[in-house]
Amino acid sequence: MTFKRALGALAVLIVLWLLLPTLVIIPMSFNSAASFNFPPQGFSLQWYENFFTDPSWLRSLGSSLQVALITMVVATALGIMAAIGLSKVKFRGKALLESYFLTPLIVPGIVIAIGLYSLFLRFNLLGTLPGFVLAHTVVALPLVIINVTASLQGVDPKLEQASATLGAGRLRTFFSITLPLIMPGVTAGALFAFVTSFDEIILSLFVQSPQLQTLPVKIYNSVTQTSDPTVAAVAVIAMFTSVLVMLTAQFATRKRKRVSV
Amino acid sequence: MKPESSAFTVGQNEQELRQLHLNTEVISVINDAGISLRDVTKRYGNKAVVDAINLVIKPGEFMTFLGPSGSGKTTTLNMIAGFVSATEGLLHIYGKPVAKLPAHKRDIGMVFQNYALFPHKTVAENIAYPLDRRKISKAEQKTMIAGALEMVRMGEFGDRFPTELSGGQQQRVALARALVYKPRVLLMDEPLGALDKKLREWLQKEIKRIHREVGSTFVYVTHDQEEALSLSDRIAVFNNGRIEQVGSPADLYQKPQTLFVGRFLGESTVLSGSMVSSGAGETTLDISGHAIRVPGQLSSESLAILIRPENIILCDEGSAPSAAGINTLPVTVLDANYLGSSWRCEVELPDGSTGTVRAAQAAGVREPGSRALMRWDVDCGVLLEDTGDEGVSLT
Repeated sequence: MTFKRALGALAVLIVLWLLLPTLVIIPMSFNSAASFNFPPQGFSLQWYENFFTDPSWLRSLGSSLQVALITMVVATALGIMAAIGLSKVKFRGKALLESYFLTPLIVPGIVIAIGLYSLFLRFNLLGTLPGFVLAHTVVALPLVIINVTASLQGVDPKLEQASATLGAGRLRTFFSITLPLIMPGVTAGALFAFVTSFDEIILSLFVQSPQLQTLPVKIYNSVTQTSDPTVAAVAVIAMFTSVLVMLTAQFATRKRKRVSV
Repeated sequence: MKPESSAFTVGQNEQELRQLHLNTEVISVINDAGISLRDVTKRYGNKAVVDAINLVIKPGEFMTFLGPSGSGKTTTLNMIAGFVSATEGLLHIYGKPVAKLPAHKRDIGMVFQNYALFPHKTVAENIAYPLDRRKISKAEQKTMIAGALEMVRMGEFGDRFPTELSGGQQQRVALARALVYKPRVLLMDEPLGALDKKLREWLQKEIKRIHREVGSTFVYVTHDQEEALSLSDRIAVFNNGRIEQVGSPADLYQKPQTLFVGRFLGESTVLSGSMVSSGAGETTLDISGHAIRVPGQLSSESLAILIRPENIILCDEGSAPSAAGINTLPVTVLDANYLGSSWRCEVELPDGSTGTVRAAQAAGVREPGSRALMRWDVDCGVLLEDTGDEGVSLT
């Protein structure tokens, strides 16, 4: 019994350890003093007000949303195609190609960042919207492929054959049969791609320019260069955006499952 | 619900066929067939899974492909459907060359073993799917869907999702979906394989009735010989990528042309031996020292006689004098099973192999372990080349 209790206590400790750093930021964002103090002194909404009145913060929020949305669309479209290609076609070295697609998850971000930096420098993509989207797609794509591949495995290939005998060509079959059936995976993959881009910092630090900064970059610059507590408010906003998107993903997946099972 | 006759113009087609140096007789056979396969081969690497198959399926015929797994029957069906492309050969559906036509342009219906209903669509939406592809108006669709559901006796289930139906109901919906646009060819790939025996037998009757109603050409793949015998107009028995024999169920059962066909369809007793004499339409074989007569003549080194169990009678040793036109062979009874309508005895033949005897009355049965005499009419034996095929049982 004591062992069970000790195990329970350990679990609680681990949960706290995982959550506390994230949660500490919430009281800090309501601090009335102009410093990163914990525990905070007094309650105020001034940092939130700061964020919503400062055009440079709003601009970076706008850039982040823009980059994340475009990245989501690009990564999802490419990811679906790659996943279908990998699941349908049999060829030598397929396993190799599969792991190749997943390398951005394994290779350290800084390595990709340096590589991209030198490439983007050459093609004048630094500090541009396409630059951000290309960079973020590299790391978002594997997440789409993983999710779509998983849901494709649940689709009976006979359904596509049946669709063909009933008179539907490949495209029609994809849009009428395959896509609706893999929609949970596609939704999850798309939202993962959005969040990945929205939170991405390493690649963004290399791609950024003073004119184009995503929110994490702006937070980072702000923390390192000034000690403006507005960052805490921004962090809370960014955090809740991500959490909201992930909850949506969870909900969408579960709802879809109920319909199809 | 008769399918419309071929609107396909054969003029250009004939020209193409002439270029292949086929004579006019062959061309007219191809044009008159529901489905025609000429030297159709499918190779994977060096291995031919379907090896130069020739088959003419008549319009409106119920043709069954029967064979063990890996015999090439499903690959052949998939070539007709367009899922697998033939390596060589000519494939025509109602006179139209389809070898290069993708599956969705072949205008066939297909029913799969696992139903393959679209899980995100209701029953009615599933059946509407092929009608949408054919740009049929919603109003017209409604009557067609109702008619198709009526045909498979699923009238009230239009609003259900496939997962809310039993296996048998799903397969009936699949049939309705495959027939609603009146395809001239319906392919069925072991459609009853996932259902229990009672339901299977009932659906067999339904499929037969529907075949009579729609009059399309049905091609049915199964490894279940009883199913094949009860459903088909004709059966093509597949083995090792080739067709061993094509014929009516009675033909195949009573007059198998190969030992494989004889053994695959129904039960049989096979006697292997060497030829003693041959002439006047009759052959005598030496079966473990007994002279056994059988009608027919074959020029082969190793021969076998196949006898159906219902044609054999067991009697006491020494009781029956050998009469003209009767063969006798001493055997040892191994086992006797009561099947309700009859008894089935396993006997050990003189060479140590096993034979089967069926008796309608208890009097025809002997105790296990006892010696007995097996007798049958000479005319009931079938002389075959002994290809050494082991007995196959896949029911």
